Amino acid sequence: MTRIVVVSAGLSNPSSTKLLADMLGDATARAVQARGAEVEIGHVELRELAHELTDNLLTGFAKPALQAAIDQVRRADGVIAVTPVFSASYSGLFKTFFDVLEQGVLDAKPVLIAATAGTARHSLVLEHALRPLFAYLHAVVVPTGVFAATDDFAGGPELPKRVDRAATELAALLAVGGGAPSAPVPHRTLVEDEFANPTSFETLLKRASEGPPEF
Amino acid sequence: MGMQFGIFTVGDVTTDPTTGKTPTEHERIKATVEIAKHAEEVGLDVFATGEHHNPPFIASNPTATLAYIGAQTENIILSTATTLITTTDPVLIAEDYAKIQHLTDGRVDLMMGRGNTGPVYPWFGKDIRQGINLAIENYALLRRLWSEDVVDWSGRFRTPLQGYTSTPRPLDGVAPFVWHGSIRSPEIAEQAAYYGDGFFHNHIFWPASHTKQMVQLYRQRFEHYGHGTADQAIVGLGGQFFMRPNSQDAINEFRPYFDNAPVYGHGPSLEDFSEATPLTVGSPQQVIERTLSFREYVGDYQRQLFLLDHAGLPLKTVLEQLDLYGEILPTLRAEFEKLRKPGVPDAPTHASLVEKAGGAKDSTVYAEGDSATGSSDRDLNDPEVAKVLEGEL
Repeated sequence: MTRIVVVSAGLSNPSSTKLLADMLGDATARAVQARGAEVEIGHVELRELAHELTDNLLTGFAKPALQAAIDQVRRADGVIAVTPVFSASYSGLFKTFFDVLEQGVLDAKPVLIAATAGTARHSLVLEHALRPLFAYLHAVVVPTGVFAATDDFAGGPELPKRVDRAATELAALLAVGGGAPSAPVPHRTLVEDEFANPTSFETLLKRASEGPPEF
Repeated sequence: MGMQFGIFTVGDVTTDPTTGKTPTEHERIKATVEIAKHAEEVGLDVFATGEHHNPPFIASNPTATLAYIGAQTENIILSTATTLITTTDPVLIAEDYAKIQHLTDGRVDLMMGRGNTGPVYPWFGKDIRQGINLAIENYALLRRLWSEDVVDWSGRFRTPLQGYTSTPRPLDGVAPFVWHGSIRSPEIAEQAAYYGDGFFHNHIFWPASHTKQMVQLYRQRFEHYGHGTADQAIVGLGGQFFMRPNSQDAINEFRPYFDNAPVYGHGPSLEDFSEATPLTVGSPQQVIERTLSFREYVGDYQRQLFLLDHAGLPLKTVLEQLDLYGEILPTLRAEFEKLRKPGVPDAPTHASLVEKAGGAKDSTVYAEGDSATGSSDRDLNDPEVAKVLEGEL
């Protein structure tokens, strides 16, 4: 089972960000199924987590609903991240979610980036804001990002075509459907890994003494 | 003594949000002593102080504080929460706490920690990126300084020692008991387990799931290293309460302090935070019930410390909280004792450690003469030194 989680930071209801997120989720499901694999699409709506995200910034821990969303992203094989454009960049709410994720959670994980805005003048936001963010987080960013201005939702073949192309690329990066199963890609050690498989004290001692004198 | 109950302080100097009054350092330092003395009066077992080296705290120099309180108390165990094992020279820790042991007839133990203040590292010439490594190496040296009369040592984080004897030697030949405190570093739970030392989880500010995971890891590894079964590991927890006979009074009185508290203020509501963390604001009965519930996720444990003097609460209020703590103490002791599984060890004390070691012994290192101290720090018989001095004169 391939698990995809769609993280969307739309604020209004109905929201064009949510609309695009759903289009990308559906297209990805079709693309993965077309490769003969089963798929499960999960959705994380950051609007519902806005209070818990702020609390997490101040307390350093996630309350249950936010923790569930974080766990969903950690377990996902791929992520679709969709934000509205605020002041020429991703929204603060969107960034906060990725700020509270532990470093390493997105290591080597395919991420499809997408954004919505009122005007096409913001279209390069994917390249100057989202792509560097996810590159920093060590994600594998899908080459095609999807930007949709209000006009794009008026109909016409352009947006669905681009959505399908991005979804197909994401499905390919997930390496599903045929071929030998690839070895798991190593990621940075997460706190969870340390609990599951604690470093022995012998190793800790050895590690402490390795390196040049520091006095 | 089955389980120990006490308080821990971080020594924050915080404005009382209800009056706008901020205590002076002098007032806060004296208040800390009053609080410790009153803790003994109401029957508590432990007073522990944190360590901070920056405003708005008065918690620097914990050893002077503990010795001063020790001189004015009879029974209470003096401890730390925490001692910065990362930035404090273990040679100094070995001396200081052995000295307090002697002065207080064994009423001292300590809790190692890395602290929660990043900038403290460079103030003491250390590198925060080496936090875990410093905790591991410094503590390994500290243990040797207490257990071996003469130590030859070299390591990565301080200058080597040759034929070095730490004085005074631990009282009765038994080092102070050590707890290791950590919120989210499995490596520290591993360290505590390896040595068979105690493990303390701060508990406050965090959801129970964090605490449970850390304590579980420590217990498993304690058993792995052959110190006993997981149930026999030595566990301590922090906690935080505000009590009034009527629970609504407690909530009304504490809310402005909560809403403006340095750590979590202006964030989650009092109600949300009380649900997510062990914070209990309510009646004495509510505090009893909540506290008893902690053992449901960490197992039977040995030490419970509460944080009472913080967030600008005036001294008078803190002393009242201690009075109420004293009133519920007999019930807490009796109820925990009733629930405790057979075979769970008592909280360690100096007396119990001496007994375990087969009795007290004089550990004094009687040196024949003094080969290190002269009339000057410059040895005039050393030709190299003489040469330098002649040049100077």
